[in-house]
Amino acid sequence: MSPKLTIAVASGKGGTGKTTVSASLSCAAADAGYKVAYLDCDVEEPNGHLFLKPEIDCRHLVGIPVPVVDQKKCVACGACGQICQYSAIVCINKNILTFDKMCHGCGGCALVCPAGAITEKSRSIGSIEGGSAGRISFYHGNLFVGEAFSPPLIRAVRSTGCNGLNIVDAPPGTSCPVISAIKGADYVLLVTEPTPFGINDLDIAAGMVKELGIPHAVVVNRHDPDNTLARDFCRDRGIKILAEIPDDRRIAEAYSRGALPYSAVPGYRELFKELLISAVKEAKW
Amino acid sequence: MKVAVTSMGQNMESKVDPRFGRANWFILFNTETAEYEVVSNEQNLNAGQGAGIQSAEIISRNGVEALITGNCGPKAFKALGAAGIQVYCGAEGTVAEALESFKSGKLEKASGANVEAHWA
Ligand code: SF4
Ligand code: SF4
Repeated sequence: MSPKLTIAVASGKGGTGKTTVSASLSCAAADAGYKVAYLDCDVEEPNGHLFLKPEIDCRHLVGIPVPVVDQKKCVACGACGQICQYSAIVCINKNILTFDKMCHGCGGCALVCPAGAITEKSRSIGSIEGGSAGRISFYHGNLFVGEAFSPPLIRAVRSTGCNGLNIVDAPPGTSCPVISAIKGADYVLLVTEPTPFGINDLDIAAGMVKELGIPHAVVVNRHDPDNTLARDFCRDRGIKILAEIPDDRRIAEAYSRGALPYSAVPGYRELFKELLISAVKEAKW
Repeated sequence: MKVAVTSMGQNMESKVDPRFGRANWFILFNTETAEYEVVSNEQNLNAGQGAGIQSAEIISRNGVEALITGNCGPKAFKALGAAGIQVYCGAEGTVAEALESFKSGKLEKASGANVEAHWA
């Protein structure tokens, strides 16, 4: 058995209860005696700290390499602007302009410059904070306001964690940020609501996870016994449902107080403990 | 002097396209000969970002010295500045009308971007 297991919690859209599930799972894992880390990769809107209330003890900046051009060496060939996919560098009228905020730090321009005029400097796009919430190791990334390119920061958050169970709170959606967050995970839990919109987003998210080749299952949030949308969808696709969290107003009340149903609402400790056991089992850890 | 007008179509009677980076066409008008040429901006219509910068590069490569358009964002303005291209914003009506306003001094030279970046 590998000492490390990474379970990512994702959803096709925001507000489905991803943080509730990932933070509750982390608590359940700590209570079950696992060595566990919670990694909040929703770097544009990290909110796990509101529920886990960690004590932060370290912080560092995360940057990407952006080009610096030595105008004296530049021969105005334009090769840098041609290779750049993001219009972050352009040679115009023999002047080189760089737009740091648009640069993805790919290093392409420095590579093609025939004059060796391009060096790189680091530009901070966000920070990572780490600490502990009881027995849970806690990490989250914070993308600076105005930054639009989060994958390097998300990858940096993913590189933290512990040599045990790592629970990743992925950003919502199905684009680059969520792929950066779940890539390399051993297992993905897709949180969904049993509404037509929810199922539509689940469909896209499930397709993405399948494409990445990661074993996965569904957690239905705000489940209503009379509504079989999620069950029907999962049966058709052959995806397991590992938990159904009832549509219970006590959960919403706890949430608004910054409390997790795991600890604040009777009966949910068991639900998340069972979810943890089945996820770990499904992930074949 | 060669003047670029952002245009929705390919002749002088076309409407001015208020967008610079995502204009459909550039009409490049030569004020000495009164002749014009049409340059497509198709490659930038669907660009994810940096359309204004690439558009500035295109018109600069075509030897343009002044730009007439509706709006111009900060990055495009910076690129146009580096290219030594003067910018006249707020143009309306047809391309011919915009050129008329320009020639009679009714369009004011922009000293900065007049719209926010689409992509901060
Ligand atoms: S590092 Fe890559 S993205 Fe940044 S300016 Fe160079 S080529 Fe463009
Ligand atoms: S590739 Fe190098 S030499 Fe060519 S324009 Fe860019 S910086 Fe200048």
